[in-house]
Amino acid sequence: MTTVAATAQVAHGHHDDRPFIRKYIFSTDHKIIGIQFLFVSLFFLLLGGLLAMQMRWQLGFPGKPMPGGGILPETMAPGGVILPEYYIQLVTMHGTFMVFFAIMPLLVGVYANFLIPLKIGAHDMAFPRINMWSFWTALAAGLVMLASLFVPEGAARAGWTMYAPLSARHDYSGAELGQELWSISIVFLGLSSILGSLNYITTVINNRAPGMTWFRMPLSVWALFITAILGILALPVLSGAAIMLLFDQIIGTHFFDPPAGGQALLWQHLFWFFGHPEVYILILPAMGMVSDIIANGSRKPIFGYHSMVFAIISIAFLGWIVWGHHMFVSGMNPTLGSSFMVSTLVIAVPSAVKTFNWLGTMWRGNLRFTVPMLNAVAFVAMFVIGGLSGIYMAATPVDMFIHDTYFIVAHLHYVLFGGSLFALFGTIPFWFPKMFGRLMSERWGKIHFWLTFVFYNCTFFPMHILGMAGHMRRIYDPTQYDFLKPYQPMNEFISISAFLLFATQIIFFVNFWYSLFKGKKAPQNPWEDNGLEWSLPSPAPHGNWAATPTVYRGPYEYSSPAVTEDYLPQYRKLPTDREPAMAPVAGH
Amino acid sequence: MSWWLPLKGSTFAGEIDGLFIAILVITGIAFVIVEAGLIWFVVRYRERPGRKAFYTHGSTRAEVIWTAIPAVTMVALGLVSNHYWVQIKGRNSIPPNAYPIGIHAKQFEWQVTYPGPDGKLGTADDFTVRNQLHVPAGRPIVLALSSEDVIHSFFVPQFRVRQDVVPGMDIKAWFQATVPGTYELGCSQLCGLGHYRMRAQVFVHTPDEYDAWMKRAAQGEASE
Repeated sequence: MTTVAATAQVAHGHHDDRPFIRKYIFSTDHKIIGIQFLFVSLFFLLLGGLLAMQMRWQLGFPGKPMPGGGILPETMAPGGVILPEYYIQLVTMHGTFMVFFAIMPLLVGVYANFLIPLKIGAHDMAFPRINMWSFWTALAAGLVMLASLFVPEGAARAGWTMYAPLSARHDYSGAELGQELWSISIVFLGLSSILGSLNYITTVINNRAPGMTWFRMPLSVWALFITAILGILALPVLSGAAIMLLFDQIIGTHFFDPPAGGQALLWQHLFWFFGHPEVYILILPAMGMVSDIIANGSRKPIFGYHSMVFAIISIAFLGWIVWGHHMFVSGMNPTLGSSFMVSTLVIAVPSAVKTFNWLGTMWRGNLRFTVPMLNAVAFVAMFVIGGLSGIYMAATPVDMFIHDTYFIVAHLHYVLFGGSLFALFGTIPFWFPKMFGRLMSERWGKIHFWLTFVFYNCTFFPMHILGMAGHMRRIYDPTQYDFLKPYQPMNEFISISAFLLFATQIIFFVNFWYSLFKGKKAPQNPWEDNGLEWSLPSPAPHGNWAATPTVYRGPYEYSSPAVTEDYLPQYRKLPTDREPAMAPVAGH
Repeated sequence: MSWWLPLKGSTFAGEIDGLFIAILVITGIAFVIVEAGLIWFVVRYRERPGRKAFYTHGSTRAEVIWTAIPAVTMVALGLVSNHYWVQIKGRNSIPPNAYPIGIHAKQFEWQVTYPGPDGKLGTADDFTVRNQLHVPAGRPIVLALSSEDVIHSFFVPQFRVRQDVVPGMDIKAWFQATVPGTYELGCSQLCGLGHYRMRAQVFVHTPDEYDAWMKRAAQGEASE
C-alpha cells in the first residue's frame, strides 16, 4: 500500500458507472451525501430567514400590513397584518429551522460527511448505507416540520425550546397537529443525527490513512469528531424528551402536566441537558474549520495546535455540566445556580485560549484575504463579542435582569450568525472547488462579505441596548409597554437593517448557483492548502483515491523552511521523510 | 430612549448594576485587546509578495499566560457574583419581616392577592386585584408566585427582579422597592398567543399612601 502512496496525489478514483439515481439520489458516497445536505439545509436557511423577516416587520412596524403579506391566509395575517398566533409560530419555527435544519446540518451534515473521509485519507465512511439513511431521515424530519406550517391552526407555538406545559397541552397553546408534528419531526431528526454521529466516530477511529496519527489530524476533523461524540450522547436525550412530549400530546400521559402530577421543569432539564451540548455542536465544527482556513490564509502553522485540540475537548466536556445556566430564574434551587455559574464561567477559559491562538496564528503571518479568510477573520471578531456577552448571563445576579430579554437574542445571534454562519460563508467557497470542480466568484464573495458584515452588526448589536432596557423576547407588540415605546425607533432601525441583511444574502445565493454551472474551473489545489483532499482532482472522484494516500506530517506546515513554497502538504514526501508504520486500522 | 440600564428601583438594583459594570469593564478590556490585535495583524501582516510567514508552532509561555489570566478573572468574577447571588436569591435571603403578596399568573393576566389589614396571607381579609401590583416603598416584599396553567415569568425591569412562575410549584421571590412611582410588570416567558399583553401596572407608594390605599381597597373601593 505504501509503495503507491507517493503517486496517490495524481491517481484517480474508481470509475463510477452506477445509474444516475444511485449516484446522485440514493447515494452512499459521502461527498454526494454532504452535497445533498448542503442543498437541503441552504433551503431551510433561506426559509428560516424569511420567517425572521416577517417577525422583524411586525416588531419594526407593529400592526401595519406587511408588504406581500396579502398572500398569507386569513388565519395568519388578514390583510397582511400579522396575528399574534401567527407571530409566535414565526418565533418558534424560525428558531427550529435555523438550529435543527439549517446550522446543524450545514456544519455537521455537510462537512462531517464531506470532509472527514477526504481529510483522513479514507475511501468513504465506515458505514455508507447508514450514512445514506442519516440523510433521508433528516430530510423526512425537515419535510414533516415544513408540512406543519400548512396544517389547520398552523405550526407549533411554544418557542423552539418548546417549554412544557404550554407545548404539552393543546388547550394552552391553541395548536394541535402543528405541535404534534414538531415532536415527530424532532424524533426523526434525533435518529438522523445519531446515525450520522455513529458513522463519523467510527470512521475517524478506524479509517485513517497510514501516517494520519491523532495529532496529525486537522482541527476541522478533531472538531467534527468531538462534535459527533456530543451528538451521539445528546440527541438521544432530545429524542427521548420529544417522545415523552408526543405521548403527553396524543395518548394522554402527563409527564409535563403539573395538575396531573407531572413536572414542568422536567422538560427544561431534559431539553437543556441536550440543548447545551447542542450549542457546542453548533459552534465547534465552525471553530475547527475556521482554524484550517486561518492557518491557510495566514500561511502559518496553527499557533498551539495541541492546546487547540485540548480546548475543543474541554469545551465539549464542560458543555455537559452547564445546562442549568438556562434555568437560573426557572424556579430551580438557587444554590444549584451557583455551581452552574462556576462551570459556565470556566468555559470562558478554553474559549479564550482558542481566540488567542487564532490571533497568534495570524501574528507575523502573510495574510491572504480570500473570501474564506475574510469570513474566518470575521468569525473570530464576532465570536469574541458573542463569547464575551455570555459572561453577563453566566453571572447569576445579572442574568436575573437580562434573562429572556433581547440581550440574549443579541448574544445567541452573535454566536450563531456572527460565529457559525460567518464560518459557513468561509467554508462554502473554500471547499466549493472540491465539491463541484468550480470556484465561486471572489469579487461577489467580497461584496457579499462586506455588506453582510455591516448589516449584520446593525441588526444585532442594538439588540444589546434593547435588552439592557428590559425588552422581553418573543413579544408580538413591544408598543404594548410604555417603557418600550421610546425604543420603537431602534426596533425600526433593526428591522430595516435586517431586511438589508436578508437582501444581501441574495448575492450569496446567486453567486452559489451561478458558480455551480458557470464558475471558473478550479485547479486541483486553488488555495495552496496542505490537506489530503487537495491531492485529489476537483471535483473529488467517487471512491476518492485509487490507492490509500500516505501522510508524512501535520496539517499546518505552512512557510516551512524545508521547502521553497510556503506550503507543504501532508501527502508530499520529502527525501528526509520516512514511511510511516501501518495506520492503526487501514481503510478498505 | 436611554442607552443604559433603567432606573434603579430596588435595594439590590445597585448591586446588580455594579456587577454589570464590572463585567462591562472586564469584557471591554478583553474586547479591545482582541479586536485591536486583530485589526493590527490584518493591516500589518497582509500579504506582500516574496515574503514568507514566520514559521512557529506556538509558545508555551504565551499560552500559559493567556490561559491563566482568563482563569483567574473568571474565578474572581464567580466569587463576587456568588456573593451577591446568595444575598439576593440564597436560601436565607428573604428578609424575615417581608410583607407578603400573592401573585397568581394565568393566561394572560396577573391576579394579585393582598394580605388585607392584618398583613397576613391566607386569612379572611385577603382580597385580589387583577393586573395591579401596589407595594410600599422601603419595605421588603415577598411574593408567593403560583400559576394556573403554563409557565409565566414575573419581571419588573426597574426592580431588576425576574422569577419564573411555574405551575405545580410554590416559588417565593423578594424585592424592596425604593423609588415611589408607576412601573410596569411584564410576562417574560412565552406563555401563549397573549403573552405580549400579559401586563400589569406596578404602583410603588410611600408607606402612608400605601396604608391609605390598603384601607380603601380592603373596603372594596379599589378599581379593577
